[in-house]
Amino acid sequence: MDRTSELKETIEAAIASRRPLCIVGGGSKNFYGRRSQGDPLSIAGHRGVVEYAPSELVITARAGTPLADLEQALAAEGQMLPFEPPRFGPATVGGAIAAGLSGPRRPFTGAVRDFVLGVKLLTGRGEVLSFGGQVMKNVAGFDLSRLLAGSLGTLGVILEVSLKVLPRPAVELTLSREVAIDRALDTMADWMGQSLPLSALAYEEPLLYVRLSGTERAVASAADRLGGERLAEGERFWESLREQQRPFFTEGNADLWRLSLPPAAPAPDLPGRMLLDWAGAQRWLRSLEDAQKIFRAAADLGGHATLFRSRGARHEVFQPLPESLAKLHRALKEAFDPHRILNPGRMYAEL
Amino acid sequence: MSTAKQALVRSLRKILPEDAILTEAEELQPYECDGLSAYRCRPWLVVMPWTPEQVRAVLALCHEGGIPVVARGGGTGLSGGALPLENGVLLSLARLNRILAIDPENRIARVQPGVRNLAVSEAAQPYGLYYAPDPSSQIACTVGGNVAENAGGVHCLKYGLTVHNVLGLSFLTVAGEEVSVGSGGLDGPGLDILALMHGSEGLLGVVTEVTVRLLPFPESVQVLMAAFDDVTWAAEAVAGVIRAGLVPAGLEMMDRVAIEVVEDFVHAGYPVGAEAVLLCELDGPVTAVEEESARAAALLRQCGAYDVRVARDEAERRRFWAGRKAAFPAVGKITPDYYCMDGTIPRHRLAEVLTGIERLSRRYGLEVANVFHAGDGNLHPLIMYDASVSGELQRVERLGDEILALCVAVGGTITGEHGVGVEKLDGMCHQFDPQALEQFHAVKRAFDPEGLLNPGKAVPTLTRCAELGGMHVHHGNLPHSELERL
Ligand SMILES: Cc1cc2nc3c(=O)[nH]c(=O)nc-3n(C[C@H](O)[C@H](O)[C@H](O)COP(=O)(O)OP(=O)(O)OC[C@H]3O[C@@H](n4cnc5c(N)ncnc54)[C@H](O)[C@@H]3O)c2cc1C
Ligand SMILES: Cc1cc2nc3c(=O)[nH]c(=O)nc-3n(C[C@H](O)[C@H](O)[C@H](O)COP(=O)(O)OP(=O)(O)OC[C@H]3O[C@@H](n4cnc5c(N)ncnc54)[C@H](O)[C@@H]3O)c2cc1C
Repeated sequence: MDRTSELKETIEAAIASRRPLCIVGGGSKNFYGRRSQGDPLSIAGHRGVVEYAPSELVITARAGTPLADLEQALAAEGQMLPFEPPRFGPATVGGAIAAGLSGPRRPFTGAVRDFVLGVKLLTGRGEVLSFGGQVMKNVAGFDLSRLLAGSLGTLGVILEVSLKVLPRPAVELTLSREVAIDRALDTMADWMGQSLPLSALAYEEPLLYVRLSGTERAVASAADRLGGERLAEGERFWESLREQQRPFFTEGNADLWRLSLPPAAPAPDLPGRMLLDWAGAQRWLRSLEDAQKIFRAAADLGGHATLFRSRGARHEVFQPLPESLAKLHRALKEAFDPHRILNPGRMYAEL
Repeated sequence: MSTAKQALVRSLRKILPEDAILTEAEELQPYECDGLSAYRCRPWLVVMPWTPEQVRAVLALCHEGGIPVVARGGGTGLSGGALPLENGVLLSLARLNRILAIDPENRIARVQPGVRNLAVSEAAQPYGLYYAPDPSSQIACTVGGNVAENAGGVHCLKYGLTVHNVLGLSFLTVAGEEVSVGSGGLDGPGLDILALMHGSEGLLGVVTEVTVRLLPFPESVQVLMAAFDDVTWAAEAVAGVIRAGLVPAGLEMMDRVAIEVVEDFVHAGYPVGAEAVLLCELDGPVTAVEEESARAAALLRQCGAYDVRVARDEAERRRFWAGRKAAFPAVGKITPDYYCMDGTIPRHRLAEVLTGIERLSRRYGLEVANVFHAGDGNLHPLIMYDASVSGELQRVERLGDEILALCVAVGGTITGEHGVGVEKLDGMCHQFDPQALEQFHAVKRAFDPEGLLNPGKAVPTLTRCAELGGMHVHHGNLPHSELERL
């Protein structure tokens, strides 16, 4: 169903009454980001695949379409969302784009934003605008579609999105082997520097996990070369990692931090337990360390940190921005949502 | 020299070495145009700093004086993006050409903006790594220009555009303030301004440092050449290969005109007489390439290829590609002038669009050669003409405009990789409605409130669109609807 006109009216009313709105997709991500303020603006019902041409490798869907529906449509044609957003629960396509989080395949095939080809957007001025399109290459105008990925609803309501998809690999195989954590990073870097059919590389003490994807013989010969234990239910492992169902994520009270670092960066000097994904470029940390210290440690290593889940206060969730960059954020907010109607404060207090 | 210019030159001399300021007519002349020589303008002043700090100082000075600035990399752009101004500074980044670091452990390189695209791969080669984006202009274009245009090459079907291969950027705002986006990891905090900078054509900031992602060389590379005696079949073969789940590293096509011209020029071994040739490159682990080449060959035959050749060795592989890479110069040899178009269409409309271009070509009496990135639907019709014949350029432009309208009508876009520059400002009026254009202007103002960076490029004013009578093409509601279409 297309609810565009109704959503537009809600925004216009919000502008008139100066009451902010909190965009809700599946609501599966309330734990993420700073706390939402404002009246809920539900995208539910604004759903449906608008167009899908498998030979084009492009799917277009309304934002409220459950991710599960999208993935089902793709799977029926032997295709997939290459950034592997978590599949469970009521998560919507719009929410997945707005959150901009990608799963284990990220370093090998790309992030959410890398697959966004076009969007239809409802701005904070109540205007419905289309950017990008359904073709792979397009440099007409500024790339506002990719800018929306990860914007957490602060710039506009995503109404519709066109995504590039990829064929599912013929064969996937997961191997694991026991190594010490400092050896794990070296091994990952070594493999990443070779021509191997890799599609995921993670470390959860004491095991290093590698997923191989490709043609049958290519996967088999890479498996022989790398060695290790074959996991009977490999996909189950990656799913439980992606959806944070492993004991590392569910047990204990410590905050869950996400560190985005250069893959070969040494372990940060921070107390707590660590799990590595993205061949070392995404590190999950369970720690009760003070936020400022974590932000500083991540920056010192050339990356940044995000407070992903916490039972405590959620004031400083995202790495503080230097003033020159913060200024551009405020100016962009002004350019899309001058009345500060959409998700104010969800990403940064001043956004 | 006007007094305003004299004053600026005096101030510049205080912050720059003597050799960084060009003012003499013969020094300025090489900067009159970029790769699109149909548009020219003698620059007011060319400034060529040696360091990012000097770039910053130039920007700050110009900002203070309200003087517009146009950034320039290699000057290979094909849409007039680096066209200078009569009353502003042309800021060449060519001297910022140092590779700052190659970090094999993290598989990244940090480079200055004036580094040539190919130089990155050359520097990474000793580590078994390379930089994937490979525009055909890669020996001459710069990484900064690639970011500004979001350049792509033959490998972008599998390895993406520039935006997919850059992890971080430093740029200077119009006021000379430094901003860093992205990180040494795979993403940065906040809004994705890194993505926004790609394809922004020098309107949002001046790129001063780029961190690019490096990839290991594929273990094996194979190229297939398939000949068709019907363009439609070749187009369908493209869809067929992709539908079958293969993701070739490159999938390029040439039509009859292009094949003949190229064969004459480089003797690549193309089957003259074919209506279309497809080049399909596969790369990866040896075994995967073997399996996939066999599958691709079978698929291409099934789709009607009358001849499929697998390159027997590296020399033949290079020869197959040499033809494709020499296509533009080859066309340049047989015609006094050519005009290179750049539009993208959904792949499944390829056959239709090619037939349409042929019909238009006949109607205008202008020959068109087609060489293009078939795998991602990015067309480059080359319209051959003679600029010395009066009125011919105007006819070429009309034909070009119709070809682009056709691209938009089938769901495509007016530029796939060359950018809007000054060339396609009118095309923007066709593709976007006034509200969308106004949103672009709002984004521009967020970065550059006074509009001093590359003014007049990339995004047309609403007045211009109104004067043109440009309108949003919507559901087949085309401009010039009286003309015959597909
Ligand atoms: C490693 C990893 C682990 C994850 N773990 C979890 C997990 O445990 N649980 C979980 O639920 N998700 C998790 N995610 C991500 C999550 O699945 C997706 O981001 C999800 O699709 C969010 O969808 P939603 O519709 O529920 O979003 P919501 O929770 O409804 O919204 C998320 C954000 O997007 C905004 N938004 C929603 N829809 C729109 C729209 N149409 N336009 C603009 N803004 C919009 C909201 O305002 C909010 O800021 C994880 C991701 C990764 C990479
Ligand atoms: C023979 C030929 C083949 C080509 N093939 C391809 C191809 O396959 N794919 C493709 O994508 N393009 C191709 N091009 C077009 C062109 O090479 C690309 O657009 C390239 O990215 C331009 O880079 P440049 O350094 O020459 O930029 P320039 O032409 O100098 O500038 C281009 C634009 O970038 C801006 N700019 C330059 N440097 C900076 C900077 N540091 N900061 C901010 N803005 C900056 C300029 O203001 C201008 O708007 C081809 C061109 C030629 C002549």
